[in-house]
Amino acid sequence: MTTPVLQVDGLRKEFGDLVAVDDVSFAVPAAGSLAIVGESGSGKTTIARMIVGLERPTAGTIAACGDDRSRPARSARDRRRRGRDVQIVFQDPYTSLDPRQCAHDAIDEILRLHHDLAASRRRDRVAELVDLVGLDDRQARALPGALSGGQRQRVAIARALAAEPRVLILDESVAALDVSIQAQVLNLLADIRDQTDVSYVLISHDLAVVRQLTEETIVLRHGRVVERGRTTDVLDDPQDEYTKLLRASVPHPGWKPTRRHIAELRKEATEA
Amino acid sequence: MSDALLDVTNLTVRLPVGTELRPVLRDVSLRLEAGESLGLVGESGSGKSMTARAIDRLLPAGAEVAGTVTFDGSNVATLSGSALRRYRQQVAMVFQDPRAHVNPVRRVGDFLTEALRLNLGVAAEGARRQAVDMLDQVGIDHPDRRMRQYPHELSGGMLQRVMIASALLTKPRLLLADEPTTALDVTTQAEVMAILDELRHQFGLAMIFITHDLELAAAVCDRTAVMYAGQIVELRESERLHDDPLHPYTAALAAARPDIARTAERLLAIPGRPLSAFEAPSDECAFASRCPFVADICRSGLPPLDRIDSGASRCFRAHELRGRLSAVRS
Repeated sequence: MTTPVLQVDGLRKEFGDLVAVDDVSFAVPAAGSLAIVGESGSGKTTIARMIVGLERPTAGTIAACGDDRSRPARSARDRRRRGRDVQIVFQDPYTSLDPRQCAHDAIDEILRLHHDLAASRRRDRVAELVDLVGLDDRQARALPGALSGGQRQRVAIARALAAEPRVLILDESVAALDVSIQAQVLNLLADIRDQTDVSYVLISHDLAVVRQLTEETIVLRHGRVVERGRTTDVLDDPQDEYTKLLRASVPHPGWKPTRRHIAELRKEATEA
Repeated sequence: MSDALLDVTNLTVRLPVGTELRPVLRDVSLRLEAGESLGLVGESGSGKSMTARAIDRLLPAGAEVAGTVTFDGSNVATLSGSALRRYRQQVAMVFQDPRAHVNPVRRVGDFLTEALRLNLGVAAEGARRQAVDMLDQVGIDHPDRRMRQYPHELSGGMLQRVMIASALLTKPRLLLADEPTTALDVTTQAEVMAILDELRHQFGLAMIFITHDLELAAAVCDRTAVMYAGQIVELRESERLHDDPLHPYTAALAAARPDIARTAERLLAIPGRPLSAFEAPSDECAFASRCPFVADICRSGLPPLDRIDSGASRCFRAHELRGRLSAVRS
């Protein structure tokens, strides 16, 4: 058993009286993939924010590549190293990019920050990353305002990968994309995983996307893990009543929700 | 053809962008009988929301409209004053983001009773009773208490139910639902879909349900119209769309969506990106540049929306490709 690249133990976050995350533990191995599934208020995004250091845990530990991140970084150098280990791609590619910076410059900036490369090598690396995410040279030189949502999300992925992170957190990163573009980005993420040993943590409410991209899943409800296991097992044969409710709520051919059926499932989930 | 509740014929809409007029809808025709439900499915820029806005006369200023929208026998474009107000009572709309369409400083009760009192002249107590009753029907507990609350005190799912209650209170005959569940959690979405479907049947209401999700539309709609680049490319009974699509875009859209019951090695992504109506070529099929079945004929002109069985497809090769399209998936 190799050491996981990301290990979270007994994680807890309180906002005043509200317990947003309650005793959450999981581990992600190198080249592994974990989905954190839940609805709004389940605490899934708070977990992502704690991993990247945007929130400080109330209790518990987060270790990425053997380094304890539950305390703030001590120095700029320390913070930079953390950035190199874990990168995040947010949901909304319209607000996560600098509108005055083209993809080429955004990627170049990350390379300068994290890697000591000669100018020519850096140029090659930018071209490689741009190519990896399927953008052409013209798009790489365009400002975000001239790009579509799917293209912007590719830029955000390329920028995150520029740091050569061990862990890539995808916080609803494909949720806002059109179906045909979402498929392209999901295939791209699968290609990247085949070509590198990056690990994915996918934060999502979309169970079909979760199935497509991850091997392991934890299901969160009100900040607590209610079910965990292999993604295929959790989706094909959910054990927890709440997971059953989630599963039954996903539209599929022949799906016909009735109030009575949903109410029954919700009642079971609440009483469990 | 006055028997249909809604009859949209050759609707073409162009909107001013800078100094030019850009098309957003191109030759859209559809009919809806009383009590019937139709799904409008498409990606961003396909024109599905614009179709609903054109029907409800909510297009931006400066829009140039050709073609006709007929509701219950009268031409909607010619309505004004009290006739337009009456029309809007009969055609209610529910939007994606309820918070953007409710006054945040007015109580739920005031919001719900306003149209009843001002437009239908219902007395205060009667309007309140109707509103409480409708809140109960959309599955809101303690409706009396909710009436006194402000929108920010309600969750998104709760507020969307209030919007549905509000839409139903004036007893409309047609409901235009524009992605009403997109902003909601999955379990809340399932409940809201069930509420819409059950109440629609109970009140004998016709509905146009706009979504990007084929299967969501199929759950509540008898027929589905698939839109691409401002045109309807396929019109079909919802239950047959999945197994026997008539247009390559419909099949491609279904195949691109990950399947909750099956892990695919790779998804069948559609290359390129969806075209907006103004980018689409005027002399060839709009989907030709992305279509896996493209042939010379596809570039020979604009394909017409041809009837096939009980549906219709805007594809030159529809007959020839019949039965081969859904196989793309596996």
